Amino acid sequence: MIEVRELCREFAVTTRTGRFRRTRRTVRAVDSVSFDVAAGEAVGYVGPNGAGKSTTIKMLTGILVPTSGHVRVSGVDPSRSRRELTRRIGVVFGQRSQLWWDLPLRDSFDLLRAIYRVGAADYARRLRECVELLELSGFLDRPVRQLSLGQRMRGEVTASLLHGPELLVLDEPTIGLDLESKERLREFLADLNTTRGTTLLLTTHDLDDIERLCPRLVVIDRGTVLADGPLEELRAEVAPERVLVVDLEKPADPLGDLAGVVAVRSELGGLRQHLTFRRDETTAAALIAAVATRAEVHDLVVEEPEIDDVVRRLYARR
Amino acid sequence: MGDRIYPKLVAARLRGQMSYRVSFALECLGQAFAQAIELVVILVVFSRVDALGGFSASEVVLLYAFAGTAFGIADLVAGQLNELPDYIRTGKFDVLLLRPLGTLPQVMASDVRLRRAGRVAAGIITMAFALTHNDIAWSPWTVLLVVVTPLAGAVIFSAVWIVACAVSFWLVEAQELANAVTHGSNSFTSYPITVYSGWLRRFMAFVVPGAFVAYYPGLALLGRADPLGGPAFLGWIAPLVALAAACVAGLVWRFAVRHYRGTGS
Repeated sequence: MIEVRELCREFAVTTRTGRFRRTRRTVRAVDSVSFDVAAGEAVGYVGPNGAGKSTTIKMLTGILVPTSGHVRVSGVDPSRSRRELTRRIGVVFGQRSQLWWDLPLRDSFDLLRAIYRVGAADYARRLRECVELLELSGFLDRPVRQLSLGQRMRGEVTASLLHGPELLVLDEPTIGLDLESKERLREFLADLNTTRGTTLLLTTHDLDDIERLCPRLVVIDRGTVLADGPLEELRAEVAPERVLVVDLEKPADPLGDLAGVVAVRSELGGLRQHLTFRRDETTAAALIAAVATRAEVHDLVVEEPEIDDVVRRLYARR
Repeated sequence: MGDRIYPKLVAARLRGQMSYRVSFALECLGQAFAQAIELVVILVVFSRVDALGGFSASEVVLLYAFAGTAFGIADLVAGQLNELPDYIRTGKFDVLLLRPLGTLPQVMASDVRLRRAGRVAAGIITMAFALTHNDIAWSPWTVLLVVVTPLAGAVIFSAVWIVACAVSFWLVEAQELANAVTHGSNSFTSYPITVYSGWLRRFMAFVVPGAFVAYYPGLALLGRADPLGGPAFLGWIAPLVALAAACVAGLVWRFAVRHYRGTGS
């Protein structure tokens, strides 16, 4: 669906170096990025601000022309066949609207139907599905400017799906949304991906989006790909530690000397202990058994490293 | 543009604007008033002098009416381009690139302000006045000239507008410059080019090509020879000049968008 090979994009930046003098230098926003996305996949494209995410998205959607490298999206070259591509993909920008501000939501959809020349039956079916699943019926006839951000985003997603794209690209789709709106949108996107097979590529700062939607992660920083793979693999690779939290019946001395434990944090005077252990040196089961020989365990939980911790470690590694 | 998408886009915009009826009527009136003020300026000038660059008051009013009507139509069609810097700054232009349509017609259809029709109406009324107060040898050809001139002029103004606004793809702050060029060319074409001199005349008359908006067609309509010695056929070729200007504007726009997307420069 998406094929990216050694993609580069440079920008000329002029800086003032004197009262009148300016120097021009080129900055590589995207530096030799390569990845593939197969049809039906859902891929998270993450990285800190200025990492080159948006620039990549703009090249994939035909807005920007690459400085060098090879891009194929949905079988076409985005920069050469911009108009052809627009019919095959849908794009949602969290921070810019494709709807008509002072028209009812329904009218915006109708205009998009005309722009993309969607057949009446297809249009009616797709709109009905979105209205139902995204619960739009309460505000379909309200002007877009009067909608809440959550309602507007649901409208934006619907707008991008009316022409039946096989790939949906979302740039920060959940930014600024409240928890409930985020969850509703994620649920809809997950369903779109699994039941209708629409390929998803999304950039986000909200790692819950990834956890919920994307089995695979492409991490980019300073224009290059840092990591690419299933979330679980990345986790095992950069964050091999787990934390075992045990609540004891009676306070005990810190259990830091058990095999495989690399750090210990004791709370409530030793009643609760956080034991950080390396998965490659011991297992949770072995550690629990070891703890049980020293104290009576009341309750326990094994914590996975948080996904943002994983990503932070990836950035820190370079 | 053969399909019916653009009329639909324009109609949608008008529906949006009509939701504020009172302000719409007021703005419409304001536009007509703005156009009328310029007419007053001409009349004030003629209260002091009998002729301007060799032209009488009613003749100058005719040129003014041609230019004003043409500018009004162009404002209606291409005036939305003034929003272009805003489109670029806020990323709205990117959204236009995500649709299966050309970017120029999309920008032009994006925010048509019907209130600008006030200017066109004022221009047409002035034109009716000027046509009855000048000595014109009426024939099918001169009638055609009267109809075609404001349209060709509108195309020329629109082309100027497109080129001037395309600059904002390089300099987002350049909108004032674009305004100076478009409104400046309106002022220029409202008077006989004989009142200007030197490089300004040559630039505005032939490079821009403002002399074909009102001056040369006006001469042909009045049956006058060009005091500057230009051949008579110049009065009849405004549509061709307009076509050429439109082609140049189209190429400049394409070049500008290509620069924006990153293959230019």
